[in-house]
Amino acid sequence: MSLGNPFRSPTSKKRPRISKVGDQIFLTLLLLAVAGIIALTVGLVGALVFGSRMALQTLGLSILWTRTWDPPNNTWGILPFVVGTLVTSALALLIAVPLGLGAAIFLTEHAPAWLRAPVGQVIELLAAIPSIIFGFWGLIVLVPLMRSSVDPLLVRYLGWTGLFGGVIVGQDYLTASLVLAVMAIPTVTAISRDSIATVPRAQKEAALSIGATDWEVTRRAVVPYARSGIIAGAVLGLGRALGETMAVLLTIGNSPYLPTSFFSQGETIAAAIANYFTETDSGPLEIPVLLEAGLILLLITLAINVGARLVLARFQQGGGAAAE
Amino acid sequence: MNFDRAARRKYFSHGMTVLTGLSIVVIMIPLIAIIYEAASIGGSVINVAFFTQGIPYPCNSPPAASCQQGGVIVPIEGTLSLLGLASLFSVPVGVGAAIFAVEYGGERASARVIGIVADVLSGVPSIVAGAFVYIVMLAYDPSIVFSTLSGSLALSVLMVPIVTRTCEEALRTVPHSVREAALALGISRWKTSVRIVFVAALPGVVTGVLLSIARAAGEAAPLLLVLGDGCPHPLQGITNEGCALPLWIFYGATNPYHNWYLLAWGCALLLLLIILILSISSRLVLERLARRMRGG
Amino acid sequence: MALPEDAAKVDDRNLNAYYGEKMQVQNLSAFYGENRAIQDINMQISDRKVTAIIGPSGCGKSTLIRCLNRLHETAPKARVEGSVLLDGEDLYKLDATAVRRRVGMVFQKPNPFATMSIYNNVSAPLRFNGRPSRDELDAAVLRALKQAALWDEVKDRIDSAATGLSGGQQQRLCIARALAANPEVLLMDEPCSALDPIATAKIEELIGQLKKDYTVVIVTHNMQQAARVADNTAFMYLGKLVEFGPTEELFERPKEHLTESYITGRFG
Repeated sequence: MSLGNPFRSPTSKKRPRISKVGDQIFLTLLLLAVAGIIALTVGLVGALVFGSRMALQTLGLSILWTRTWDPPNNTWGILPFVVGTLVTSALALLIAVPLGLGAAIFLTEHAPAWLRAPVGQVIELLAAIPSIIFGFWGLIVLVPLMRSSVDPLLVRYLGWTGLFGGVIVGQDYLTASLVLAVMAIPTVTAISRDSIATVPRAQKEAALSIGATDWEVTRRAVVPYARSGIIAGAVLGLGRALGETMAVLLTIGNSPYLPTSFFSQGETIAAAIANYFTETDSGPLEIPVLLEAGLILLLITLAINVGARLVLARFQQGGGAAAE
Repeated sequence: MNFDRAARRKYFSHGMTVLTGLSIVVIMIPLIAIIYEAASIGGSVINVAFFTQGIPYPCNSPPAASCQQGGVIVPIEGTLSLLGLASLFSVPVGVGAAIFAVEYGGERASARVIGIVADVLSGVPSIVAGAFVYIVMLAYDPSIVFSTLSGSLALSVLMVPIVTRTCEEALRTVPHSVREAALALGISRWKTSVRIVFVAALPGVVTGVLLSIARAAGEAAPLLLVLGDGCPHPLQGITNEGCALPLWIFYGATNPYHNWYLLAWGCALLLLLIILILSISSRLVLERLARRMRGG
Repeated sequence: MALPEDAAKVDDRNLNAYYGEKMQVQNLSAFYGENRAIQDINMQISDRKVTAIIGPSGCGKSTLIRCLNRLHETAPKARVEGSVLLDGEDLYKLDATAVRRRVGMVFQKPNPFATMSIYNNVSAPLRFNGRPSRDELDAAVLRALKQAALWDEVKDRIDSAATGLSGGQQQRLCIARALAANPEVLLMDEPCSALDPIATAKIEELIGQLKKDYTVVIVTHNMQQAARVADNTAFMYLGKLVEFGPTEELFERPKEHLTESYITGRFG
């Protein structure tokens, strides 16, 4: 049955101009967007460098090891802030990783099926809570709690370590680290859970078949296999904690001095920028120094993120090989 | 002796299981505590007056502008305008860059450059984004440093990488056979990319945009630097000082007056609700759009 | 139905009479980066005949057919040397999108647009390339679905999802969609390899009908299929065209030893 082809047009060799123009306009628009995003990134880094040039030229990296922050006396030491950033983040991670990993293990290995989805969703909700609310809650609820109940206990039982000295105010390194930990946990949990879920059954069955207990299977077969993913999750959580401002502002006490104990007040780079950037009475070097500090923070965060990405890439190429 | 060891290992394993279960409980505690406090304290504060009039308090505590009438509706408007403007900046840039990376870049270097740039942007701490906008505005026109415009620019910096990455992922999930089918029909390149491929990836893109908005809604750090202390009511133009919900939480937290403390919890509750709605909508959109598309 | 870009200067029948063939492949080589997939191909595609391209996997037949509608160049680092003439004009000097409107393609795995109904799938080339009226669309969809022998099976559910059809039906849908674009040549890249024997038979029957109005080029790994449907057959091996001629001659009196070995099943 042939219906012929009554609609066949005579040979047309050219495309209507309009759609060719369409292609060109479209490409131009896209290139504009690409130029925009590149310009934004380059502009951001460039502006930071340019804005901090006075500090870079006169002080260079010496601000990193100068121990005192005293703008009225022309002393620009961001070491207290760097220590604040690194210590609170490290401590946060120390708390978040075991808890997050434990939760992830429970969710994938032990939780009944009906519990997994809802709890997973709840943890995602936790991840969506903005840091200002964590900070607010930390200040209103956690700080008094620490001050009245937890800190005295710590002094009583762990005071011999010398790490829990000083006046207990409530706002201190410990509380800030706890709040940061709470914020990092959802990230660690989610990524660990995904990594653990991809461990093949065969690995677990192999361990079970030689008489290992559930925990031993987890510890010796599952976690090592998923190790890269778990590390990536931890590192990503670290990246977030490093740049955190609001939660820390409200719980660390904002004092630009080096810490002597967990109960010391301190400050992080991010908090310092927030606190001192709009000060108008500390001389022309303040903003450049703070910008240099911001640049350093950016570089640290980037390094951490790139590291996490590399670890995750290794994970995707076969966790088994990486875990030997 | 063997038997004892075996039993010990078994009890240890059970103990660890309990421990991991405890981890979940411990994790839940802050979440439940926050929601409980926000709902109870914040909820007690919310009424019509909360929205239309400021809670009475001494006028000389900052932000001074709140001495005027206005109530919480002002920072809500402020947040909405910030988010709207920030989306206006960040969505076209993010989506455009993502489409270019996937449709024209493919495996080539240009796609990787865009990926690297998005990674760098996603590593920028939010306070640094604020500092960046501050110094740029200072150089350009000092009178608009503290403004809604500055605030939205800072938020855009944070939104662009999220939009770019999620859009790119969504586009990459569209199978190559769809593009080939369209091209083979003589459909032009741009129509293939926009009306066929992008439309197929739309659920993922919308989800990504909603997620980026949810993230920006809760950001206070950059706004501390560039939004200004005043909270003019009514909001007057994007080059004037702006107002935002997360900032009011901060003011409430750092303020000795009990009224402000209550206000902060009310704002916290509202902010949580907004973010909850955005998160749920993004998931609903994903499911609903995806289902409707499959149904032809 | 008038397509917007009509500018009839030459009647293709005259050109065919002048050149003798609908398409001519001249010294065609195609590359993926440094990798040469096909080398110095010379062959003719006769108007309103079915030309089959056969050969073992990896011989380059898919690459060759994808050069005929300039789809090859959309692969990363893809490159072409030589020329392909359509009605005497080199495709590679024309606009690629315009070429693809004249040379349509059906793929190995049916790929209807998953987000569209049957109607919207078939009418897609018209909707995306012009502003046809509803009546024009209806007429074109009807014609295309009838030509693809699918109309009777889908006429009651033409607005339902295309993905609800069986594999064989989806492939005929793709054929209808390609036909709706009014091509002069229809390329088919192993159109039956994802289908069951009954669906395959239906499509082979369809090809016999289609060649009355269209020039068909079909790639197939199934020799018997080529023997059944094709007027001319080309045998390729390792990127080179080994032999080309009328199907009957190629199968019964192959000139090359290699061809004979393939035909008799000694390899491939």
